[in-house]
Amino acid sequence: MRTSTVIVAALVIGSAAAAWWTLAKPQPWTEEETRLVQSLGLASLPPLPADPSNAVAVDPDAASLGKALFFDTRLSANNKVACGTCHLPDRQFQDDLPRAKGVGETARRTMPIAGTAYSPWVFWDGRKDSQWAQALGPLESAVEHGTDRAYIAHLIEAHYADQYAALFGPLPTLDAVPDHASPNGLGAVLEDWLALDESQKDAINRVFADVGKAIAAYERTITPQPSRFDAYVDHLAAGEDTSGILSDQEEDGLRLFVGKGECTKCHNGPLLTDNFFHNTGVTAVPGLPGDLGRSVAVEQVLADPFNCLGPYSDAGPGDCAELRYLGQAGHEMIRAYKPPSLRGVASRPPYMHAGQIATLGEVLVHYNTAPAAPDGHSELAPLNLNPTELAALEAFLGALDPIEGQP
Amino acid sequence: MSNLITRRRLLWSVPVALLAVGGIAVAKMMQPPPADLDLSLAKPTEQGLYTASVEPGLSPITVGTMHGWVVQITTPDGRPVDQASITVDGGMPQHGHGLPTEPDVSADLGAGRYQVDGMKFNMPGWWVVNLSVDGPAGPDTVTFNLVL
Ligand code: HEC
Ligand code: HEC
Ligand SMILES: [Cu+2]
Repeated sequence: MRTSTVIVAALVIGSAAAAWWTLAKPQPWTEEETRLVQSLGLASLPPLPADPSNAVAVDPDAASLGKALFFDTRLSANNKVACGTCHLPDRQFQDDLPRAKGVGETARRTMPIAGTAYSPWVFWDGRKDSQWAQALGPLESAVEHGTDRAYIAHLIEAHYADQYAALFGPLPTLDAVPDHASPNGLGAVLEDWLALDESQKDAINRVFADVGKAIAAYERTITPQPSRFDAYVDHLAAGEDTSGILSDQEEDGLRLFVGKGECTKCHNGPLLTDNFFHNTGVTAVPGLPGDLGRSVAVEQVLADPFNCLGPYSDAGPGDCAELRYLGQAGHEMIRAYKPPSLRGVASRPPYMHAGQIATLGEVLVHYNTAPAAPDGHSELAPLNLNPTELAALEAFLGALDPIEGQP
Repeated sequence: MSNLITRRRLLWSVPVALLAVGGIAVAKMMQPPPADLDLSLAKPTEQGLYTASVEPGLSPITVGTMHGWVVQITTPDGRPVDQASITVDGGMPQHGHGLPTEPDVSADLGAGRYQVDGMKFNMPGWWVVNLSVDGPAGPDTVTFNLVL
């Protein structure tokens, strides 16, 4: 009796020790893990996909015009707001604020721009299907640039006529076009738009779309920069010694990221996003208008005259597969948002689509507890990670920061 | 005596606690796909009315890349089935969600071959793709498994 107790105890202690050893000792990666880890490295990033909807997407002259426009505060109602006001180049093209400040305050957080040329959907809810169509949104948003398409067309005529003509052909005559007019405007701005004839509307829309296309050509050049994690992956892929590139804690965090943490369900590929939409139970901000995320954006992108299939797109008949096979937004798209790329995430708090979570530590607590969604259903389940594991995950996310000296 | 019990309990509680932690860790690991998954890309349909085979236009299929498939439908004895109507859906059984896109037949290639476009898989793991085939012999379905 006594002997058997001792034997059983010894066995249990032995196996526990083995389990402990497994948990505590850094293990070599399994084949499956290696494949997954490698798929997250920048070396796996394919060349920029073509944008057939934008004929000047890779034209360097378009990019230089686009860059000038991106930083030009004249493209705003108060002459103070440019894209670059919220998308700061030395801050990963975002602004460190929970909600952005333009002419007014937005209801969502500014998103970083690097790598958006890879994303079939832009904005937190993906209500635009290209960088150029996206750029037109903030220009006419009352809280961002606060302008309208007629105003932008006049501005191009006044300040960029030659550069514009060289890329897109001569500007249309805008003499009969009022200073302000837009279908998205209010009061006189809308009335003036409705008073225009179809060919005038079309001419203004075309200039407006071209402004977006030039800005997109610039944004295409904003690409993700290598991190220590990428150096680690490169060594791992080459079968070289990886020691010292990541700390033991960061390596533990990576193991959790691709394993128990289930982060690669949604944060996958070299940009660490699946570019789809998920409800992760992030709280709604009190006082802001209701936000249903992707569930209402599908209809918006399908109805957008500036989408890939619209009259201002340069796409051919076989293009626009993303839009064609988009389908309908079901119940699971309620409060679903695009997972942001996690590259550089540690150095740009606050987090989530309206800046709801202040620190990375709190983000991880959110994933660990998986609170119920304010509307729709969260896809998350509690992870039950211990404090050591949470700290490891957080440390790993820090290894995704661009290496010093790079933006 | 009471001292002894306490110590013995203590001795036991350590491995038990460690095993419990290990057990939770295993339970929470990303579920591997079932070991006996049929990964073949050609098989008879559920009721045996047709044989279906699929040829993904991307090899290997990578996470997040939009691509097309060619689907071939034949009778059980190998004759091509033309003018079948085919619908496609699917998802991840272990995650309880569907496809991120709504794929559809974009062209009848003739000789029982159909071009399906709009295929995309946005997560690593086990996916199923269901084809509903309606042809001269009646409606039938078939499910293909993929592991990304
Ligand atoms: C007032 C601040 C502000 C200004 C000005 C602004 N943005 Fe943004 N940007 C935001 C916010 C906020 C979001 C997210 C909005 C949403 O999802 O509804 C965003 C989202 C984006 C995205 C989407 C990124 C992604 O991953 O989907 C791009 C690209 C972008 N902006 C480019 C631009 C361009 C180009 C301009 C100028 C034409 C511009 N922004 C002007 C605040 C701003
Ligand atoms: C079910 C999909 C899903 C899973 C699994 C997931 N995420 Fe996310 N993640 C998202 C979405 C969607 C957002 C944006 C949510 C929002 O703003 O409402 C996000 C946001 C984040 C952010 C904030 C980024 C920013 O710029 O605001 C971090 C950090 C993050 N996730 C890390 C992780 C980590 C670490 C894991 C694993 C423990 C993980 N995620 C698992 C979908 C997911
Ligand atoms: Cu899934």
